[in-house]
Amino acid sequence: MSEATLHIPTAARTQTAIASLGPVAWARANLLGSWWSTAVTLLLGYIILRVIVGVVEWGLIHAIWTVPYSANGIADTSVCQAAKGTGACWAVLVDKYRLILFGRYPYAEQWRPAIVVLLFVGLYIVSGLRRFWRKELLLVWIVVLAAIGVLMWGGVFGLSEVTEDNWGGLPITLILATFGAAFSFPLAVLVALGRRATKLPAVKILCVLYVEIIRGVPLIAVLFMASVMFPLFMPAGVNVDKLLRAQIAFILFAGAYLAEVVRGGLQALPPGQAEAADALGLSYWQKTGFIILPQALRLVIPPLVNTFIGFFKDTSLVLIIGIFDLLTMGKVALSDPPWQGFSTEVYLGLAAVYIAFCFAMSKYSRGLERDLNRSRAR
Amino acid sequence: MADTTADPRLAAPRAAPRRRMRLSWADPVFRAVVWQVLIVGVVVAIAWYLIRNTNENLAARHIATGFGFLGRVAGIPIGESLIPYNPASDTYGTALLIGVLNTLDIAIIGIILATILGTLIGIGRLSKNWLLAKLTGFYVETLRDIPLLLQLLFWYTVLQGMPGPKQAWHLGDAAFLSNRGLKLPRLEWQTAHTWALVAFVAGLIVTWFCTRRAHERQDATGVRPAVWPVAVGVLVVLPLIVWAALGAPFTLELPALRGFNFQGGLTLAPEYFALLLGLVTYTASYIAEIVRSGIQAVPLGQWEASRALGLSSGAILRRIVLPQALRVIVPPMTSQYLNLTKNSSLAVAIGYQDVVSIANTTLNQTGQAIEGIAYIMAVFLIISLSISLFMNWYNARIALVER
Repeated sequence: MSEATLHIPTAARTQTAIASLGPVAWARANLLGSWWSTAVTLLLGYIILRVIVGVVEWGLIHAIWTVPYSANGIADTSVCQAAKGTGACWAVLVDKYRLILFGRYPYAEQWRPAIVVLLFVGLYIVSGLRRFWRKELLLVWIVVLAAIGVLMWGGVFGLSEVTEDNWGGLPITLILATFGAAFSFPLAVLVALGRRATKLPAVKILCVLYVEIIRGVPLIAVLFMASVMFPLFMPAGVNVDKLLRAQIAFILFAGAYLAEVVRGGLQALPPGQAEAADALGLSYWQKTGFIILPQALRLVIPPLVNTFIGFFKDTSLVLIIGIFDLLTMGKVALSDPPWQGFSTEVYLGLAAVYIAFCFAMSKYSRGLERDLNRSRAR
Repeated sequence: MADTTADPRLAAPRAAPRRRMRLSWADPVFRAVVWQVLIVGVVVAIAWYLIRNTNENLAARHIATGFGFLGRVAGIPIGESLIPYNPASDTYGTALLIGVLNTLDIAIIGIILATILGTLIGIGRLSKNWLLAKLTGFYVETLRDIPLLLQLLFWYTVLQGMPGPKQAWHLGDAAFLSNRGLKLPRLEWQTAHTWALVAFVAGLIVTWFCTRRAHERQDATGVRPAVWPVAVGVLVVLPLIVWAALGAPFTLELPALRGFNFQGGLTLAPEYFALLLGLVTYTASYIAEIVRSGIQAVPLGQWEASRALGLSSGAILRRIVLPQALRVIVPPMTSQYLNLTKNSSLAVAIGYQDVVSIANTTLNQTGQAIEGIAYIMAVFLIISLSISLFMNWYNARIALVER
C-alpha cells in the first residue's frame, strides 16, 4: 500500500504538467511531431472518421430493430432485405437471441441456463478476488459446479429433467471451458511434477510423450479423436454422450498446455527451496504440497489466466464435431430461411459476447501481473 | 594458511558410495522402482483394455485395419491442388498428399505474411504518434479476443457475399475481387526468368563469401571493407543483365472476364483467401505483441551507448538492438508459427481442403477412423517438429555467447 501512495505525487505532477501545457501542446507533441507523423495523423484520422461515420450510419441510423411477423409467427424480413448494405438488421438478434444464448433448452425453462451463466460469471469474479484465495475456494467451486449440474439436468427438487441433447448456447461454451480447466488443472500439476521427476525416468518419459504429442497436434485432431475414435475404445453397448466425449477431449488438451505453464512455475522457483525442505526432513508430498506448489503456482497465475482465455475461445471449435455451443447456435439461427444472409449482424453479436468475456479476463490478468510483480519492482 | 586444503569444500568431489537396493519402503531407490512399475503398469493396462475393445468393435463392424485403403480410387473432388489430380482415377494416397501440400502452402504463406503484418503493427504500437499507437493497440486487443473460427466464418461469408464476377471490385484491369475469390495477374514464366533466378542464387552465394571475408578483415585489421557494392552488383545488376541478355521477356497474364467467370491470371479461391486473411490477421495480433515486448526489452542505455560511439542509426538497429531483441522474440515467435500451422486445420469449417478436411472425408468414406486420425496426427507432429527444430537451430545461432 505504501508503494501505491508513494506513486501518487508523481502521477499528479505529470497530470498537472500536461494540463498546464494544454491540448494544443499535447497534440503538437503526439500527433504532429514531424512531417511524417503529421501525414500519418491526417491519413489515419481521415480513414477513422470515414469508418466511424459508416459504422454509425449502418449500425444505428439506418438500422432495423424489429420486423413484423405474419400470422403463423414467421418473420417478414422484406424490410431488412431492402435495407441490406445500407443498414444493419439487428432484428435478427432481437428475434433469435434466446435461441443463440440457450439453444434448444425448453423455452419455459430457460431461466435455468440463465442462472447457470450468472453462476459461472459469479464464480469467475469470486475466484479473481485475492481476498478469497484460500482453501475454502475449492469448496465454493465444488458446490457451484454441482449446483450448475443440478440446474442444467434437473430431475430433482421439482425441476423437470432436460437431457444434454437439448443443451446449447452460452452455457455449453462456459461448461466446456470451466469444467475443462477445473478437471485438467490437477492433471496438469501431476504431469508437470512427473516431467520434472528425474528419479522416475519411466514416469518422466510418459509425461513428456503426453505433453508433446497433444501440443504437437491441432485441437481439431483431438476433438475428431473424441468423436470418431472414442466410440471404438469403449466396450460394446457402452455409449458415452457426445458432449461428455468433447469435454474429455478438452480436459486432455488443456491438461497438456496447463502442464507446461505449471512447469514454468516449477522451474522459476529457486532450487534452494526444495533443498531446504529436504534438509528439514519433509517427505516428497509434504515438500511439494507445502513448499513448492504454493510458491510455483502463485508465480504462474497470470499465464494460467491467459491460457484459460485461449481455452474459452477454443471451445468454439466444437462446431466442427456438431456440438451446439454459442458459435454453432449462431450458425443454426442463420439457417432459418427468413434470416439467411444476415450473418454479419449475428457474427458481430457473437463477437461481442466473446470480447466481453475475454477482454474482462485479459484486463484482469494484466492487473494481476502488475500487482504480483510489485514486490519485485523496486 | 596451510590448513585450507583441509576444507572439505576444496576437496575433489567424490562419488557417493554405491549402495545395494534394499527391499524396504525406507529406501528411496526401491520406492522409485515400485512407483514406476505401478504407474507404467496402470497405463499399459488401460492401453491394453482400449486396444482390446477397439479390436472387438472393429471386428463387429467388419472394418479391416491397415493402410491398404490408400491405394484405392478416392473419388473426392478437390478444388485446389498443387499437383495434377483427377478424382476419377487417383487414389486416397494422392488425395491425402494434396491435403498435406495444401496445409504447407497455407502455413508457409501465412507465416510470412503474418510476420510482416505483425512486425509492422508491433512497431506501430511503439510509435510516437498517438493515433497510430492507439489504433494498432485497438487492433491487437480486439482480434485477440474473438475466436479464430468466428473470424474465419465471418471472412468467408463476407467473401461469398461479394458481387459476382461482372460487378467485381477491381483495381484497373489487374486485380478483381468477387464472390469467385481474388484474381491477380500472373507472370508468364520463361527460361530467361529461370536463368535470372540462377544468377540471383549465385549472387547470394558470392555475397555470403564476401561477408565472411569482410568479417575476417575486420577481425584482423579493425577496418570493415564495404560489402554493399558487391551485394548490389551480384544480387540486382547481374540477374538484370542475364534477363536483358536473354531478351528481357515480360508478359503479365491478366485475368479477363469471359462469360460468367474469369479466365487466366492467378486465383485465390474464396476458401483459401478467407483462411489466409483470418489466419494472418489473427496471428499478426499475437506477433505484434511479441515484437513490441522484444524491442522494449532492449534497455534504452543500449541505444544511448551506441549513439555515443557514433554508430549510424541503421547500424544501431542492425548491430545492437535487433540482435538483442531477437533473443527475446524468437522463442515465443516459434510457438506462434506452430499455432498458425495448427490453426490452419480450421480450414475444414470453411471448406478449404487441407489435410484435416481430406482425411476427414476419407475416414467418412472408408470408415478407417483410426488410420485417418493417425495420419492427421503424424502429419502435424512432423510439421511441428520440423518448425521447432529449425527455430531452435536459429535460436541457438543468435543466442548470447557468454565467455
